[in-house]
Amino acid sequence: MIPLSNYLVLGAVLFCLSVAGMFINRKNVIVLLMCVELMLLAVNTNFIAFSHYLGDLTGQVFVFFILTVAAAESAIGLAILVVVFRNRRTINVADLNAMKG
Amino acid sequence: MNMTDYIGALPEILLLALLCAVLLVGVFSADEDRNAAYWLAQFALLAVFAANTYIGARTRLVLFEGMYVRDSMAIVLKNFILAFAIIGLVYARDYLRARRIVSAEFYVLTLMAVLGMMVLVSAGSLLTVYLGLELLSLSLYAMVAMHRDSAMASEAAMKYFVMGALASGLLLYGISMLYGITGSIDISVVRNALADGGGGPIATYALVFIVAGVGFKLGAVPFHMWLPDVYEGAPTAVTTFIATAPKIAAFAMAMRLLVDGLQPLSSDWQLMLTWLAVGSMLLGNVVAIVQSNIKRMLAYSTIAHMGFLLLGVLSGNTGGYAGAMFYAIVYALMTLGAFGVVMLVAGEGSAEADRIQDFRGLAQRSPWFALVMLILMFSLAGVPPFAGFWAKWFVIKEVIATGHVWLAGLAVLISVIGAYYYLQVVRMMYFEQPEHMEEVHASGDTEIALSANGVAVLLLGVTPGVLMAVCIAAMRG
Repeated sequence: MIPLSNYLVLGAVLFCLSVAGMFINRKNVIVLLMCVELMLLAVNTNFIAFSHYLGDLTGQVFVFFILTVAAAESAIGLAILVVVFRNRRTINVADLNAMKG
Repeated sequence: MNMTDYIGALPEILLLALLCAVLLVGVFSADEDRNAAYWLAQFALLAVFAANTYIGARTRLVLFEGMYVRDSMAIVLKNFILAFAIIGLVYARDYLRARRIVSAEFYVLTLMAVLGMMVLVSAGSLLTVYLGLELLSLSLYAMVAMHRDSAMASEAAMKYFVMGALASGLLLYGISMLYGITGSIDISVVRNALADGGGGPIATYALVFIVAGVGFKLGAVPFHMWLPDVYEGAPTAVTTFIATAPKIAAFAMAMRLLVDGLQPLSSDWQLMLTWLAVGSMLLGNVVAIVQSNIKRMLAYSTIAHMGFLLLGVLSGNTGGYAGAMFYAIVYALMTLGAFGVVMLVAGEGSAEADRIQDFRGLAQRSPWFALVMLILMFSLAGVPPFAGFWAKWFVIKEVIATGHVWLAGLAVLISVIGAYYYLQVVRMMYFEQPEHMEEVHASGDTEIALSANGVAVLLLGVTPGVLMAVCIAAMRG
């Protein structure tokens, strides 16, 4: 049987990758949206692992809610992306710099 | 689950039903100004306010197997959230109409955000916290992007979305860890499990993520990056809404998570909040000085005020929590008025009045609203006898009582520095010549609401004990 710690390490690695992706990525806003999804999936891995090892279903139900909210979140994120592209003709992260200070 | 559960949650159910009605009216009415949607939304908020005030017992109710809590703190905070949303809609209407961005969706999204805040305020489980928070945040992202032809607004929405999603992710990661340690997502069960077992270093690890999530929503340093851009880029009507009611909800979220749930780890989070508070007060007040855009200046002022609010939470006793609650309410009232004046000065055209220079000579153009702005600015700066002074007084008093005298001294010093940029606006209004003498006017209900807002800040300053008594009673249960 695979120990719980392996899943938690996987979750932590995925989480760190997604946060790093958000801060390092200067090119494309779509990659940011992918990082957001990856972050939520890292959390889901944690929940499912805990749920299995605790023998408690709450964690798995929580995952369903996260998945649903994540779908709504991507819909809004992509809609905002379309608005940004229509106004600026670019989705380069480095070009989102009209406001500073 | 039985009938009492549904009666306890009736205000939220009513709001959801009326919200769907507003959506339908928006689809079927051909009116350009969306008057029907506006009045129905106002009616919805008033009806929910009445339902929230009069329905159900005033005692603590735990509903839906512990998912939902209706205690006196929840009732009071919900009433203030609803009241500020009502006034915010009154201010927003003229502004949206003049800029031709009025749409029924604005009212629907406002109501949805209010519903999210009400769920968040009443959260009894970590799942309810998450769902309320997301309903609030997702509505706000869409509202910021509502002005579709504005490059600034869409950029602000994108930044807000990415930062907000990061914050939710951090919070969720913390929640997943808490679930792993305690085996439950019920806030009171989590608290008991942590008190029995201690939780050890992993609980502190989870706590870091939860404090980061709460810090993001409040806009405390170092999680404040989104705030100035969103305030500046969003249409002022939306900024007004983001700056007021959601801060009260964020305070409630801090209370539910940190005080109700993670009380056994209070020495850890008090230390973390101390640094967040010091950073917010310093950075907010110092950076606000160099701003030339009043929306951006008020954003940095928000960051500073959130630092003061955290001072109350980190005191760790009933007086401190009541002080923080008083602070959140008074802060929202003052900021609501300040943005109301910004929208009033922007006037009928499509231009914004978001540079501080636009306030030049306002005292000659409109003596009364210049006086209202003067009251609000003095109050934000914390000058007695206005409400903002008492808000600072109550939290600093509690900080001294818990023995952090250096922190109280620092807070007083920083608020003196902060007074500079508020007085700058007053100087512009009273001691500079106006660029033009165009009259400042708005529709009757906006003028009445704005005047009442200014007078309320003054009256609360004269009799702070009334609201403080309400806050203390709310905190006692």
